[in-house]
Amino acid sequence: MKRIHIKNGRIIDPANDVDSIGSVYVADGKIVAVNTELDGFQADEVIDAQDKIVCPGFVDLSTRLREPGQSRKATFQSETLAAASAGITSLCLQPDTKPVIDTPAVAELIKELAEKANYPQIYPIAALTQKLEGNELSSMLSLKQAGCIAVGNASKPISNLLILRRAMEYAASHDLLLMFRPNDYWLGNKGCAHEGEIATRYGLPSIPDAAESIALGQCLELAELTGCRVHFGQLSCKRSVIKIHQANKYGLKVTADVAIHQLHLTENDMIPFDSAYHVLPPLRTEADKQYLRQGLAGETITCICSDHQPHDVDAKLGAFPETEPGISSLETLLPLMLKLVAQHAITLHQGIAAITQNPAAILGLPAGALTVGYPADICVFDAEMSWQINQDNWKSKGVNTPFWGETMKGRVTETLQAGRVIYRLAVGVDKS
Amino acid sequence: MSNLQLTAEGKLKHFLTIEGLSQSLLTEILDTAESFVNPTDQQIKKVPLLRGKTIVNLFFENSTRTRTTFELAAKRLSADVLSMSISTSSTSKGESLLDTIRNLEAMYVDMFVVRHGLSGAAHFIAQQTANHISVINAGDGQHAHPTQAMLDMFTIRQVKKDFSKLRVAIIGDILHSRVARSQILALNTLGAAEVRVIAPKTLLPAHVQTLGVSVCHNLNEGLQDIDVIIMLRLQKERMTSALLPSESEYFKCFGLTESKLKIAKPDAIVMHPGPINRGVEIDSKVADGPQSVILQQVSNGIAVRMAIMSMAMQPQGAI
Repeated sequence: MKRIHIKNGRIIDPANDVDSIGSVYVADGKIVAVNTELDGFQADEVIDAQDKIVCPGFVDLSTRLREPGQSRKATFQSETLAAASAGITSLCLQPDTKPVIDTPAVAELIKELAEKANYPQIYPIAALTQKLEGNELSSMLSLKQAGCIAVGNASKPISNLLILRRAMEYAASHDLLLMFRPNDYWLGNKGCAHEGEIATRYGLPSIPDAAESIALGQCLELAELTGCRVHFGQLSCKRSVIKIHQANKYGLKVTADVAIHQLHLTENDMIPFDSAYHVLPPLRTEADKQYLRQGLAGETITCICSDHQPHDVDAKLGAFPETEPGISSLETLLPLMLKLVAQHAITLHQGIAAITQNPAAILGLPAGALTVGYPADICVFDAEMSWQINQDNWKSKGVNTPFWGETMKGRVTETLQAGRVIYRLAVGVDKS
Repeated sequence: MSNLQLTAEGKLKHFLTIEGLSQSLLTEILDTAESFVNPTDQQIKKVPLLRGKTIVNLFFENSTRTRTTFELAAKRLSADVLSMSISTSSTSKGESLLDTIRNLEAMYVDMFVVRHGLSGAAHFIAQQTANHISVINAGDGQHAHPTQAMLDMFTIRQVKKDFSKLRVAIIGDILHSRVARSQILALNTLGAAEVRVIAPKTLLPAHVQTLGVSVCHNLNEGLQDIDVIIMLRLQKERMTSALLPSESEYFKCFGLTESKLKIAKPDAIVMHPGPINRGVEIDSKVADGPQSVILQQVSNGIAVRMAIMSMAMQPQGAI
């Protein structure tokens, strides 16, 4: 295994409170020194990170890679390359694969696919209930033993609160983290857009913010009742931020993340009936966006995820309500995070912590930090480099992003996973 | 989205929604429709404007009235017309909306008249279809039904002449009504003094006031000073989805009866896009009474649709 010396970079490692120009040394797949010069280190490879930022590889709490079951949309091969090019070195896979991750066999299959794609740090989230139907508990302990990092019900609701309670009690018994996307099925009313001005004008079936905050409130109550560790995923509205803030103040240890696009887009950005903007939870109001940003700045929300959902072209061709929701978003995670920093919504340290240290801590992974002895998951990026989102630069098979054609700032130049260079930006690429 | 239905010169190419259309364009539609009505006998003339053109009525949702008037309008314009009810043919075989469109395109048609159950379907077709084809929205989901709105405007103008002094009440299921959304846009564009919606909260969209209307939940209060009353059809399934307790309670609160009609201005007209649910949203005595212009609306549908179809074909050199 290569011995690598990354030099001259600005090392930002919030977990170890590091922000300085210096070197990172990697040997045997591990970090051996940070910021202290190792005189006798024989490097096989030197990466000059002059004018670049060197930080821990990113940890993404919510992705879909569409395998197994929907390789028409995307594959482990295509999406792990996209993830690597985006600086992501660990990612959680939502259980709504086909078949659902509700048996150890499916979890094993995912591990195999991950090995084959040469990207072993894919962490499946086990289905909380069988087939995600919300009726019967999955074999959570066996799934944990098969490598699942947490339990969750993806975007599927659990309407019966007694079942949710039992599932949370059982998860707590095995010290499993519940990753919960709050969404009341009935209040959601099969909607496809936020219940606001835009849905009113265009006659779109709509989802009120209360569909999220009510389900969140119920789960908070059950977290206290059952003692289950809960992480709330993909929050979209002001009321949810307030509820998490209150719960933390009250002493309940719950965490939350937000999908990167929710921090930038609102219902008013939607081009009418353009399915690229069809996403769940839906894009909400300017006030919601501002609250989510403040929640991040005030560390009520500590993580940003991509909520990556690649689709084939056909899935997005149709009348808006019949198109499939979701945005392909691995590759815009870093540039859009940096945009938040440029807009003074959060600090660079907060932004990096939200995609490294904080999600890794929630998952209990030795990742998200440049700690000596940790696997060398490292991202080197140029915060000033502009690039256009187009067919030449895009890696994911899903081109379903409302940012298509835009020029963004911030590009990954090298990604190391456990000491291997899994991505390097091709030299001579268009930097315009 | 407004650009999608206009050519670079600002002429009508598609007719998908009232949104983004100017007052002068709407007035041009009404004036053009006027020209198709023979002033002596009020009969609609047959004209050769679209001779040699093929128009396909694509109805993914059932409709009798709208489809018939579109067919008649096309025939009076001397076009060849084909009407297809898609719900019973291709989509049940799993064909996608886009494939259906592509197949018909390959048969050299010039215009699609589309009705579909999902909001945005007509926009989608207009975006995807070949450049020489015009798309007319004959109702998409809960979004828009712009030709219905224009024939209503035509009818209002026939009777009331000037929009600027008019107070218009739209009563009933605004939430699910594409007709109401298009009427509100048209009335505001044409400069009506007030558009008032009257319904229980369960039948109003959450942010209805952002459409540029005043809101009232009580029919007796809401009918005061009103010049034009537009009743909306109440679908039976609203009862089963817990939006309303019963037809009889709805009729008691929001049904238009002779005595309620007296609250409005004495020369108020009563409109309904049809089909009517007698005894649910409107009493027969009112529907068939002297203030009702409901059948006039239907007749006007042909002239207005002729106007819109011929104008949309104009940029392609039909005239």
